[in-house]
Amino acid sequence: MKAKVHVFLKPGVLDVQGKAVEGALNGLSTVQGWANVSHVRVGKVLEFDVAATTAEEAKAQVKDMCDKLLANTVIESYTIEVA
Amino acid sequence: MSFKAAVLVFPGSNCDRDCKVAVERSTGGHVDMVWHQDTALPSGLDLIVVPGGFSYGDYLRCGAMASLSPVMAEVVKAAERGVNVIGICNGFQILCESGLLPGALMRNNTLKYICKPIELKVENHNTAFTQGFTPGKSVWMTQGNADGNFVADADTLNAIEGNGQVVFRYVENPNGSANDIAGLMNERGNVLGMMPHPDRAFEAELGSDDGAILFRSLMERVAA
Repeated sequence: MKAKVHVFLKPGVLDVQGKAVEGALNGLSTVQGWANVSHVRVGKVLEFDVAATTAEEAKAQVKDMCDKLLANTVIESYTIEVA
Repeated sequence: MSFKAAVLVFPGSNCDRDCKVAVERSTGGHVDMVWHQDTALPSGLDLIVVPGGFSYGDYLRCGAMASLSPVMAEVVKAAERGVNVIGICNGFQILCESGLLPGALMRNNTLKYICKPIELKVENHNTAFTQGFTPGKSVWMTQGNADGNFVADADTLNAIEGNGQVVFRYVENPNGSANDIAGLMNERGNVLGMMPHPDRAFEAELGSDDGAILFRSLMERVAA
């Protein structure tokens, strides 16, 4: 089964990379016009195969992976897709 | 009996030897190097040092993968038995990721890698790590990291402040760290994490010998 995990900083946690990207997009506006961009967040996507008999079983395992390694729940939240 | 320490070595550690030399020269003690795949620590340790560097290339999150390496399970058990543990820089990140210390370390709010001598205030002198520092006198060590911005939720911050777990604060906050926190210990007081490097400030020739006071404090506490 294919698993896809999205990891983002939690709302309220300052995303300095997002801020920098937002500043660059806004800054380019004199040339090209993206002053309309705001609230940029930079996150991660992890894709992998997981051997499991049901989607529920796979999802439970991926959740365990997220809690133990793939995300730091002090500062990050995650979403899981299994297909 | 002389002071006995171990320094962990992960793939990508680069301050491991600095830590060994710093502890040896500060305390006159014996220091073993312990590989991250080892499943046992030397016996009778007074101190475990989790050194700085870029363990596992800082992939995923700084310290995340190192925190799950075999030797860290032994470090957690040793900390529970009361063995002193210090994590410096990447070592601090690893201790937070392992759950031995609360909170997390994020990218500096300046987005820059900060590498410079830094002035610290010793916030709590009544610890095994800091009893030798002179009250009221600031301390100089070296900062060298991109992810030194300490964050924790409001309840956690209140708890660690209330318990006296904040050990070092920046005099001038370089990275956005919550409450100017530069160094933090667990509630029991035997696990310390700090971003500035005592291992780069243990002899006057290095610009400061304040780091040696930290290692000697531990030695004196253990001998007492």
